[in-house]
Amino acid sequence: MKIHEYQAKTLMAQYGIPVPRGKVASNPAEAEEAAGQIGNGIAIKAQVYAGGRGKAGGIKIVNEPPEAKEAANRLIGIRLVTHQTGPEGVPVSKVLVEEASDVARELYLSIMVDDVSRSPVVIASEAGGMEIEQIAQTNPEKIFKVYIDTAIGFQPFQGRKLAYEMSLDGGQVGEATRLISNLYKLFMDKDCSLAEINPLVVTADGKLLALDAKLNFDDNALYRHTELQELRDNEQEEPLEIQARDWGINNYVKMDGDIGCMVNGAGLAMAVNDLVQYCGGTAANFLDIGTLNNPDRVVNSFKMFIADPRVKAVLVNIFGGMARADVIAKGIVEAFRQLNIRFPVVIRLAGTNVEEGQRILGESGIHYIRAKDFNDAARKVVEAAKGAVK
Amino acid sequence: MSILVDRNTRLLVQGITGSEGSFHTQRCIEYGTRVVAGVTPGKGGTEHLRVPVFDTVEKAMAETGANASLMFVPPPFAADGILEAAEARMPLVVCITEGIPVLDMVKVHRYLEGKSTRLIGPNCPGVISPGKCKVGIMVGEIHLPGSVAVISRSGTLTYEVVSQLASLGIGQSTCVGIGGDALPGSTFVDILQLFQTDKDTKAVVLIGEIGGTMEQEAAEFISQKMTKPVVGLVAGSTAPPGKRMGHAGAIITGNAGKASEKLKALSRAGVTIAPTPAEVGATVKKVLQKL
Repeated sequence: MKIHEYQAKTLMAQYGIPVPRGKVASNPAEAEEAAGQIGNGIAIKAQVYAGGRGKAGGIKIVNEPPEAKEAANRLIGIRLVTHQTGPEGVPVSKVLVEEASDVARELYLSIMVDDVSRSPVVIASEAGGMEIEQIAQTNPEKIFKVYIDTAIGFQPFQGRKLAYEMSLDGGQVGEATRLISNLYKLFMDKDCSLAEINPLVVTADGKLLALDAKLNFDDNALYRHTELQELRDNEQEEPLEIQARDWGINNYVKMDGDIGCMVNGAGLAMAVNDLVQYCGGTAANFLDIGTLNNPDRVVNSFKMFIADPRVKAVLVNIFGGMARADVIAKGIVEAFRQLNIRFPVVIRLAGTNVEEGQRILGESGIHYIRAKDFNDAARKVVEAAKGAVK
Repeated sequence: MSILVDRNTRLLVQGITGSEGSFHTQRCIEYGTRVVAGVTPGKGGTEHLRVPVFDTVEKAMAETGANASLMFVPPPFAADGILEAAEARMPLVVCITEGIPVLDMVKVHRYLEGKSTRLIGPNCPGVISPGKCKVGIMVGEIHLPGSVAVISRSGTLTYEVVSQLASLGIGQSTCVGIGGDALPGSTFVDILQLFQTDKDTKAVVLIGEIGGTMEQEAAEFISQKMTKPVVGLVAGSTAPPGKRMGHAGAIITGNAGKASEKLKALSRAGVTIAPTPAEVGATVKKVLQKL
């Protein structure tokens, strides 16, 4: 789960990490008022779940409160398109009004879980302000890492090592060590999957400051952080994906094509999408119905295909294991009964209780295209989407 | 032979009295697996599915000689269950549970360092040595005893591949689902090492997917240490970056996580890549004919 910059900064401040003075605003008048409290030199920053805001015009630097109002007026209500969003962009409904900082140096700092060492890793670089992937490509020698032994936690010597590698000196070394230690505490307490400060700046008067802040959280751990669940901003996410979640389909991802896919299991669902592409089509979505034997979830999957106007044909590929083919078949028949299904539906069933599933489909009288195997299913749905089979 | 589980396996089920635990324990017994004990705290001294239930793993092992554990413990308690089994020196723990927090697994891995316990999963279908022993939730009936090993990050995609193999009459030595999480207990390399020395395994099918670098590490191992042929498939060529595709580990966060990079690495290591997910069986058949 992602949260906004202003929320991440509030959390970081609670953990003793220095952040610029600022306030979030939902309309231009609030922005003007917040700017008035700051004085001269104000940054107005669009709050969206996407990076690359600066280049996309999502951050404006102004001097006076009336200009802050004007800048907020130009940002709030637009859809911001950055290199990390699609061409449709993401909506801006809030701006962060913040004291602009006099920046001497831009550094990079983050913590994530490294899947090779299976431990948290702190990553630091002198080349802040750029995306870390970009630094890794152009200047890999400028990236420094320390791995944390969770049995003893983050240690001061690790902070000093990174501080010296970032060419900090004097009091900044101790300051950086405390800052990283606090960020690690936040990372562990809140089950973060990523805690990133980019840039971490050294101000003209030599202080460290988190100029931007990004926190992502482990979805699997949200059950023990109800305070974080409330921070989720549904507006920032894909409407079809929110709809899916409301209907109990947690593993739904919107894709670019026109073939609706319903599969059990994530790996098989990815493979189905790949196979559709090999056969000359493209999937409209990734949808793993999971292992729950619940016909309603099948009906809701069909509701998703109807809710998506791009869908021209649907492929159901179920390899029964924990999920049973007969239960899925009942769900499909129910979907045809309840909903007005106008697109061709190709069905391939295999695995647990497949004979019973085929019998249910066959005796129901619903109109569908039966596929004998994996490849046959993908081939037939691509043909169907192109209008070759009606 | 086979790896990890066979006729000598004496299985303990952690969470045996829950609905999933009950259902799959029954299936394992029907397949022929010797289930010797169950563990559910508070239900010690009772019987479930005619299997004695104990309060702790330690007690269950002492009284039944269990040498492998299958876990159906809910996510908030699963890490604790793994630690309990490891502390009792359980040689093999297969954890089916999906949705364990990553930081819980970080602690589990730290604890397992230097211990003798081998962890498979979490978020996996388990391990099966066809005709001998099934420790997991996979459909036993689609498998056929034989000499091709399967390692996979996915459950149902493995069923698909196994059924392709079986329809061509190709049996399996052991199929291992290492799971779809970012921090699996055993990696591709861990399991490839076992297959390399297993006399009954002639060839290996490796089913990877997007996210992480486990396939690249496998490629490195294959090029340096494997003498047996490997057939590879990587799911997720069409997945968009930055999106979690169902599995917690299946998310493209950098270049290395892409299917194309993984396929390149595997191919360079001499792995025969299946042209499509529907042609894994046919590809294995060709590879076997050359042996």
